[in-house]
Amino acid sequence: MIYEEIASTSRTRRTLSGAARVLLELRIDGPLTVGLSLVAAYGLIVLYSASGQSMPTLVRTLGRLLLGAIAMLLLARVNPNFLRRSSPWLYAAGCVLLLIVAAVGHSGMGAQRWLNLGLFRFQPSEVMKLAVPMMCAWYLHERPLPPGGLSLAIMGGVILLPVGLVAIEPDLGTAALIAVAGALVIVLAGLRVRVMVAALALAAVVAWFGWSFMHDYQRRRVLTFLNPQTDPLGAGYHIIQSQIAIGSGGVFGKGWMNGSQAQLEFLPERSTDFIFAVIGEEFGLLGLLLLLLLYVFVAGRAIYLATQTQDTYARLLAGSLALTFFVYVFINAGMVTGLLPVVGVPLPLVSYGGSSVVTLLAGFGILMALYSRRKLVGS
Amino acid sequence: MPAVRIKDHWREQRLFDQRSVVCAAIMGLATLGLIVRLFVLQVTRHDYYLELSQGNRVRTEPIPAARGLILDRHGELIAGSQPAYQLELVPEEVPNLNRTLTSLVQVDLIRAEDVAEIKRTIASSRTFDSVPIRLRMSDEDVARFAVRRFEFPGLDIKTRQTRWYPNGELAVHALGYVGAISEQDLKHIDRAAYAGTSLMGKLGVEGTYEHELHGTNGFREVLVNAQGRSVERQGPFVQSLRTRAPTPGDDLQLSIDLKVQRAAESALAGHRGAVVALDPANGDVLALVSLPGFDPTLFARGITAGEYGVLQNDIDRPLFNRALRGTYPSGSTIKPAIALGALTDHAVDPQRSIFCAGVYQLPGSSRQFREGKGGKHGHVALQEAIARSCDVYFFGLASTLGVDRIDTALAPFGYGEVTGIDIGGEKPGILPSPEWKHQTFKRPEDQVWYPGETVNFGIGQGYLLVTPIQLAHVAGILGERGRNFRPRLVTAMRDAGGHLRRIAPIEGKPVTGVNADAWTLVVNGMIGATQCKAYCGTAHAAFNGAVYDAAGKTGTAQVFSVAQNEKYNEKTVPERLRDHSWFIAFAPAEAPRIAVAVLVENGGFGANAAAPIARKVLDAYLLGADGKLKPAT
Repeated sequence: MIYEEIASTSRTRRTLSGAARVLLELRIDGPLTVGLSLVAAYGLIVLYSASGQSMPTLVRTLGRLLLGAIAMLLLARVNPNFLRRSSPWLYAAGCVLLLIVAAVGHSGMGAQRWLNLGLFRFQPSEVMKLAVPMMCAWYLHERPLPPGGLSLAIMGGVILLPVGLVAIEPDLGTAALIAVAGALVIVLAGLRVRVMVAALALAAVVAWFGWSFMHDYQRRRVLTFLNPQTDPLGAGYHIIQSQIAIGSGGVFGKGWMNGSQAQLEFLPERSTDFIFAVIGEEFGLLGLLLLLLLYVFVAGRAIYLATQTQDTYARLLAGSLALTFFVYVFINAGMVTGLLPVVGVPLPLVSYGGSSVVTLLAGFGILMALYSRRKLVGS
Repeated sequence: MPAVRIKDHWREQRLFDQRSVVCAAIMGLATLGLIVRLFVLQVTRHDYYLELSQGNRVRTEPIPAARGLILDRHGELIAGSQPAYQLELVPEEVPNLNRTLTSLVQVDLIRAEDVAEIKRTIASSRTFDSVPIRLRMSDEDVARFAVRRFEFPGLDIKTRQTRWYPNGELAVHALGYVGAISEQDLKHIDRAAYAGTSLMGKLGVEGTYEHELHGTNGFREVLVNAQGRSVERQGPFVQSLRTRAPTPGDDLQLSIDLKVQRAAESALAGHRGAVVALDPANGDVLALVSLPGFDPTLFARGITAGEYGVLQNDIDRPLFNRALRGTYPSGSTIKPAIALGALTDHAVDPQRSIFCAGVYQLPGSSRQFREGKGGKHGHVALQEAIARSCDVYFFGLASTLGVDRIDTALAPFGYGEVTGIDIGGEKPGILPSPEWKHQTFKRPEDQVWYPGETVNFGIGQGYLLVTPIQLAHVAGILGERGRNFRPRLVTAMRDAGGHLRRIAPIEGKPVTGVNADAWTLVVNGMIGATQCKAYCGTAHAAFNGAVYDAAGKTGTAQVFSVAQNEKYNEKTVPERLRDHSWFIAFAPAEAPRIAVAVLVENGGFGANAAAPIARKVLDAYLLGADGKLKPAT
């Protein structure tokens, strides 16, 4: 009996170390993978309810998650040096694709975002979410930091070109996320605080100026954000209904598949951009806190991994990817709760649809690649 | 030479770490901000948003209350509710509306001329609402649709409660009808109380007692989605929703005796006119007839403009309630009341005869007042003058009394005033007086009351106008020797709980100051009118063989005046200019159970047209199946 107990314990230990070896071999980070898996699983549970118990929706989402996981696993194995060297090429290719979209792109939902490649449709702006921070990190990694004026000017151009192209598609949400990803690289590179303040002031001026170039629906979104009650059945409808959904959920929620706002379709885009409100309605405050906890864990772990990388390119890119992930969450949650204007940003790993899941997981793959190939100096 | 900046990896690492910490801190703050926001939404303002979400998903649907029944005095159904089949269409389930409607026309389920109207109705409905496109389908229609149902997706037969009048036109002018709520109606009804119904009572008992008959709507909460479509459930769970059952309207028991009503309607059939019979001892209206009538079902099922036009443009005016709203000169039916006035004022010696040569002349005037029928009565005293309706006697009596004393005598009988019957629309008629004439006419020469008008007043011609209900009421007062009950149709109401509430008869101001001898004299005169003893009364032929004593009075109301030297000839006068025929009666004379007034428009002499009808009505009420007088109850 005693012998058997010892044997089983040792087997367990061996299995555990076996799992660690597999993770190491795959070059993926255990805690981060667990965190992402939990978020994705939570998302699938919510999506089943939010889609009106649609199995096909669930299957398609699983497919995308799988695709994203494969992308993550593959990218995690790529040599960071290769990533770094390919950054400008990827960026250039992305810009070309965006130009092509602007010229001949496929129209969907009133915006030109897609390239139809026969077998599948492809959204070049998704590539730019990764290509822009890679390009910025590549540009800065050999230069002394914090970046000087000339560098900043060049970086500004590098970021604003694709952002501008995406914004005119028009896809304001993605454009903003691309800009954020690029800007975060610069901030992490040590951008001086006074420059940041100046940039914000400049942004305010540009925003004021940009107002005159906005599409009507974009202006309406901004106005609605400022006062949602002015147009309760028009542009304000989304935000009012999502607040009703969240607020009526209370602390414990109405129960899975029992949220009247979501199930009776009062909540628009319930399975996509507004799925956060479905969680709030059906699982209440506790459900949302759990989700935020998972997100913060993923983002926190990612930032930790970023700080553990050892060259400038890796640090800047990993840091930007980690923070961008949180920015996604914050923008989406802020929009659904009425803290931020309504921009089309999905809730990462939970919202249904789009290629953003794949991009997101690919980003984490890159992050893991950067972390796992640390130079073993000083350890 | 500018200073060459050299990469300081250690410093950069530290800078990055600092920035990372700051960013992580900002991240923490942002998360905290979100949590605060969530707390505000989900805890602080939870109740507010919960209420909003309830309002979003639950819609209250009315459940119309069942309308109360209307029964006759013996409990026979006069108006009820009946399930009716109707064809309903759900627009969103119909693949091709135009083709569907065309096919329906082809199989004769809807009419081609209604298609445009149906399309308008559909266009104004929500796409998931069931729109009735054909009401009151016959069994044959239902069968015809049933075999072709597969050709018509989105169409279905539904059963709805509609008003049902089992006797068709019978008593329609007492009953009124149930019809579509008009825009005018909407201004004065509580819309909530009428949610879910498109019908309400109009006119008659249905109109006047609408509040009692209507009942109280119930409601049902239904779960709706964002499009307002009713859904069974919102997820896998069925929601608990409130419902309140409707309270059915009160059943009304009418005083109408359908047997008497039928007898009256069949007796009057073919004429334009009215019959009102009532129980003089309590005012119960036993029959209320106005012919021609119309089928109230037309309105209940939704009358078309064409059908309504036919009714409205009919020269015989079927929609016109002659019994309550038709005003006619009273003719000689006025005589008993005038005789009573004269006796009370001691203006006449009832035993003294005067000689009737067929013509009366006012002293100092060349104008001749002739007997209506052109006859001569010879020597007649008061009683015989009533029985044989001697105009000359009453010309003189009126002249002696004068207009003021005539008005004083007539007013207590309710002339010139509505009787107060419990359904609306009654006309008061006119009790003329010098004062009335002064107020009514503009030209000074018209405002003067002429002595000749008093003479004519004595036989109920001239300005005096009465309605059939008024004269039935008068006959009742005569029969009751002065007691006056307000006519009424509804005697009891039974609420949904089965609780019966009887309505007490309302006694009005009696005719006072008339002594018993005067009553006896006048009533005997009226009995004489239906008999042939010492002399034959005007209506003796109609009451030949009656097993009870009836007291009656004929009347002939002039429609147009005959020139001074011309004789009225029934044959030569166009039908619609002939005299109206009146008869009032009560029976049995000594203890009356029924009083009746019959008007036959353009019926000619009262004894010929109206009296036989009155006889049939009295027989129907008073006689049993064996033809003998029923014992008094």
